[in-house]
Amino acid sequence: MPTFSDFLKAHYEQTPDKISVILLQAGQTDRPVTYRELMHGAAGYVKTYQQNGIQPGDVILLILQHGVDLLFAYFGAVLHGAIPSIMPFLTEKLLPERYRTDLAALVSVTQPTAIVTYRDFEPEIRAAVKPGEDSVRAVIVSDQVEGPYPPCFSFFGGLRRKPEDIVLLQHSSGTTGLQKGVVLSHQAVNNQLNNYANAIHLMADDVFVSWLPLYHDMGLIACWLMPILMGYPLVLMSPFDWIRAPYRLLQAVSKYKGTLSWLPNFAYNFCSQKIRDRDLEGVDLSTWRLISNCSEPMRWESNQSFYQRFRTLGLRYESLCTCYAMAENVFAVTQGGVDSPVVYEDIDREMLQTKKVAQLAQPGHIAVRMMGTGKAIQNAHIRIIDTKGYHLADRHVGEVAIQSDCMSTGYYHRPDATEKVYIDGWYLTGDYGYTVDGELYIAGRKKDLIIVGGKNIYPQDLELLAYDVPGVHAGRASAFGVFNEATGTEDVVMVAEVDMDDPVERQKIADSIRVSVTRGSAVALRYVHLVSHAWLVKTSSGKTARSANREKFLKEMHGNGQIY
Amino acid sequence: MTDTILEKLSAYITTEFLKQPGRILTPNEPLLSSGLIDSFHLVDLSLYVENNFGVRIDDAELNASSFDNLNQLVAFIQSRM
Repeated sequence: MPTFSDFLKAHYEQTPDKISVILLQAGQTDRPVTYRELMHGAAGYVKTYQQNGIQPGDVILLILQHGVDLLFAYFGAVLHGAIPSIMPFLTEKLLPERYRTDLAALVSVTQPTAIVTYRDFEPEIRAAVKPGEDSVRAVIVSDQVEGPYPPCFSFFGGLRRKPEDIVLLQHSSGTTGLQKGVVLSHQAVNNQLNNYANAIHLMADDVFVSWLPLYHDMGLIACWLMPILMGYPLVLMSPFDWIRAPYRLLQAVSKYKGTLSWLPNFAYNFCSQKIRDRDLEGVDLSTWRLISNCSEPMRWESNQSFYQRFRTLGLRYESLCTCYAMAENVFAVTQGGVDSPVVYEDIDREMLQTKKVAQLAQPGHIAVRMMGTGKAIQNAHIRIIDTKGYHLADRHVGEVAIQSDCMSTGYYHRPDATEKVYIDGWYLTGDYGYTVDGELYIAGRKKDLIIVGGKNIYPQDLELLAYDVPGVHAGRASAFGVFNEATGTEDVVMVAEVDMDDPVERQKIADSIRVSVTRGSAVALRYVHLVSHAWLVKTSSGKTARSANREKFLKEMHGNGQIY
Repeated sequence: MTDTILEKLSAYITTEFLKQPGRILTPNEPLLSSGLIDSFHLVDLSLYVENNFGVRIDDAELNASSFDNLNQLVAFIQSRM
């Protein structure tokens, strides 16, 4: 079985002039990168890694934004046989001290030997690492790297990696997420790419278009590794540019005849509501053949609004697809909407909530519209299990468990976290769902995870930040997500107990909680709800019962006639 | 004039983003750096400004380096009028 380096070498030797990536950067002309340039630039990084004593098998952290530096540094690490891991870049909202704390937490578990970043950012990194004490031997600045040169593949450690060797680590964000690096081997990623390429019928003239971040599986696997390793052009823009100018995605599809994109659900709402007509003049979306809704709960309404807004530009309804994916399976588990349109059904809400059964709603009953995520891709298997691990029949809601030939072997240096979710060769996803003739529907979440715009947020990270605020006591705050129909994603809510009644004082505390959470996690709270002592529901072990607090909050809001 | 723009912006932000319609934002209160509004809102804000004050703003123009409070935002809008 070939490794990543074998793929890269083949593209370099067979199609060196083919464009691999087109980088779109706001205010600059588009920057095409051929396989020749990619491999020459990556070879410069290999030399630099070698000079710094970085060994094949070592972890290299990349703290870079979308651009040529990231491309060269990433594939340089691959060619060197090292393990690249992309860390989220510091945003303007996040406190630098907090970023350093997160970085130090990551370093302590993942033990990288090198960190690559920009010159401007180097002092931040140096402040977070402790030479001689932690694992980091080199902080490499991107403008000091050896220049491009023709690669001598036989000297590169990457060509001697075995299929079972670790090829990359994937972290999600926040203190908790950064300490759980998903371990992926060459074999697992290759199997996923083959399985998934078949599922989406990858075609010779396919062009990938993406704005997704690369520290997340959807961006990293579907919109970075798949096109680059399999030889398809990738048009890539930064998430920072896209969020400020969402029309860029559609203009890029039009300009480069894009065919494939993956989007979190909120992006459908965001694009359909927030693009001006003047920015769509001349845009043609008729080449866009698969747009997969993935990485957060998907809504039929979101797909509809996207289609209605852009159909006059050539968007076809059958292009709208769905996908259920997770880093622990490299990426996709299911894919829907490729061979036949995405399916949906109206389920009796009462039965779903009280009996955990997905029964089609009779006329007059309140229904929830569920959108299918598709069927398992080849070599992936899905089971719905109850709390005792027994296999449930179709239409019964239980935890989704998966097994495949592309699973992660666990979390890097975290046997404790690994053994909780990998049982007898099955990965327990923490999502609730049900099946109907092989079609998987996701119906909720067992884990206390908040997903905003496709980004995973651990509530405990946010609660710890709330406890930093004077007037809020440890253990007396609860964070959770509430779905917002208008934005198509979750709003983050923080409920905190406080002792004082003075409204001015309470407002100050609420604002301080917002500041502390935003600057400590780059997550903006949509709602801060201050309550009196003993409001919060606790578990028998004294921990915050987040889902119970969420229910209580929603009830209170409904009682007040408020939006939630 | 300045006061009207300021009041309208304050009402829009408190109602739409903060979900606290009764709240009054002071002209110098930090908005982005404090976490009151975030990057998801910047496009909304520029659409609101265009539709209500008759000025043209490109999506990327409103960001953490162009304003952080209402005073700065009003000055930015007036410079376009």
